[in-house]
Amino acid sequence: MAVHLRKYLRLNKLPHIWCPGCGHGIILNSLIRAIDEVGLDQEKTVVVSGIGCSSRATGYLNFNTLHTTHGRAMAFATGVKLGNPDLNVIVLSGDGDSAAIGGNHLIHAARRNIDITTVVFNNNIYGMTSGQYSPLTPKGAYGTTAPYGNVDQAFDLCDLMISSGASYVGRGATYHAKQLTTLITSALDHKGFSFVEGISQCPTYYGRRNNLKTAVDMLQWQKDVTIKKKAAEKLSPEEQQEKIMIGELHKVADRPEYVEEYEKVIEKVSKKEGTTG
Amino acid sequence: MSEKKPQLIQGNEACVKAAIAAGIKFFAGYPITPSSEIAEGLAEELPKVSGRFIQMEDEIASMGAIIGGSLAGAKSMTATSGPGFSLKQENLGFAAMAEVPCVVVNVQRGGPSTGAPTLPSQGDMMQAKWGTHGDHPAIALCPASVRETFDLTVRAINLSEKYRTPVVLLIDEVIGHMRENVVLPTQDELEIVERKKPAKDLDNYLPYKADDDMIPPMANYGEGYLFHVTGLSHDETGFPDLKNPDVIGGLTERLVNKVEDNKDDIVEYSTENLDDAEVVIVAYGSAARTAATAMDQAREKGIKTGLITLKTIWPFPEEILTDLLKDVKTVVVPEMNLGQIKGEIKNCINLSQNIVGVNRVDGELITPAEILEAIVKEES
Repeated sequence: MAVHLRKYLRLNKLPHIWCPGCGHGIILNSLIRAIDEVGLDQEKTVVVSGIGCSSRATGYLNFNTLHTTHGRAMAFATGVKLGNPDLNVIVLSGDGDSAAIGGNHLIHAARRNIDITTVVFNNNIYGMTSGQYSPLTPKGAYGTTAPYGNVDQAFDLCDLMISSGASYVGRGATYHAKQLTTLITSALDHKGFSFVEGISQCPTYYGRRNNLKTAVDMLQWQKDVTIKKKAAEKLSPEEQQEKIMIGELHKVADRPEYVEEYEKVIEKVSKKEGTTG
Repeated sequence: MSEKKPQLIQGNEACVKAAIAAGIKFFAGYPITPSSEIAEGLAEELPKVSGRFIQMEDEIASMGAIIGGSLAGAKSMTATSGPGFSLKQENLGFAAMAEVPCVVVNVQRGGPSTGAPTLPSQGDMMQAKWGTHGDHPAIALCPASVRETFDLTVRAINLSEKYRTPVVLLIDEVIGHMRENVVLPTQDELEIVERKKPAKDLDNYLPYKADDDMIPPMANYGEGYLFHVTGLSHDETGFPDLKNPDVIGGLTERLVNKVEDNKDDIVEYSTENLDDAEVVIVAYGSAARTAATAMDQAREKGIKTGLITLKTIWPFPEEILTDLLKDVKTVVVPEMNLGQIKGEIKNCINLSQNIVGVNRVDGELITPAEILEAIVKEES
């Protein structure tokens, strides 16, 4: 850890409680490097999380932090942004938190294109409650509530975000930590709703049950299964199915941003009020 | 607000005017009858005062959003009705635990479940107190007229900022939709409370260290203090401490006591004809208006009847009622529920005193005749 990055962490709250081999620290590392790269004002930045392993990240971050109820981080964050639009708002969430209980809030934040950056720590499992399947657990994978293999189809959150109206969508992985930092940097720089999925490893509750016993096994799996968007485009649809596309997946520069659109309403109304006395 | 002239408005419209007058700058809500005029009114009024309105995807999100808005420094509010109020409960508990001032207006309708939309009810009295899990503070106010809706909306906002806690305004559909000719106070006649701020000592700010009044000063996000807010049981730093029973118990007790020990400041009620009363009606909301007519009719029949109108329901004024009711023979409690507050009042009287409820849960108003009948029956 570069010394100058320490100011972004609450060092007295470390070491963190994440399990040995967990990938969440790598995403946290990428996040603070990205925040530093973009030069966000620490005092004007609010980091909001829900409930779950990922959501403990707010405790370690030396910002205005808000650890909310399960799945509702996006709703609280929307209020923070509208309560004071000068604040930079970042949401940290897990796959269960954002895609199951919080799915509705996630798609509506994307639809509004509100200027919030969301980073989903996707470890494909409910870690905090010790290994139940999540909406991102692959079909057939095992969890404590999927003892015979998961029957549910998994979400592709990035596809969901693109179709819901997010104006920046990227996917990275802890194996590709530098790229993940670049993606979060671009997301923070982006005006509008930006979304980065970070594939993380949970050797404790996902790996051990799914024949990926160690963190190294899980990172090796990430290396094998991820593919850059450009390379993926050369594959047949069947071959693409086997792979997880990473990189900047979607970027639109000209979609109206929610807070700016509302500011126009305020201006319009105050002009009207002004002329009519 | 500058001119003092009578205007014919609904309770819900009075609520909107009061919200703007008391400094609400953020409203997040989800439409539900019979509260929707409050959202509609604030959608129109908030941008005029550089405030912001958002129609969220559901009531859960609305409650979360106003907590976020309040932490960011905007006085914040939402409005709903029964089913929506149920959905807000988890985040209402968060606001109580994290000490985030905000106001939830519940224009009640019949229940349970989707119940009887648009029909009047006073069915959420207990939900306002015990709807969320665990022990927590509860402040709930209950207006009985359009003018009182204005006054109690201002007061709800003020109390939430002063005590750093969510405050519930329990309007019933009759008051919310009834139009009355009212003269509202001017802006300079209103007392507006702002949240207590910490001293400018950025590095040593303890966000949950309470002063002697049990209320911690509150910094807004973006003012330079970097602090953590959580719904977990926490110490004065704001961080969870689940290993120390004193911290967990101390916090819960302080949260409850900052309200319970300040009943003198929070509780508001009015009395009529209590001096010689042998029968006293205790009522709130629209039922209090019916009760006033019934009281007059009982007096005409020679039955010495008085009326206590509760404007604060929670914290419950049991000491006050115990004192006011001590020489009374009979207490009559009309409610558009099956006796939710009657049970509380029962704790304020002794076994030799009668208590009788006049209750309706069929979406119809309680009539003066029904209350009068109960009084006459008890006195014969």
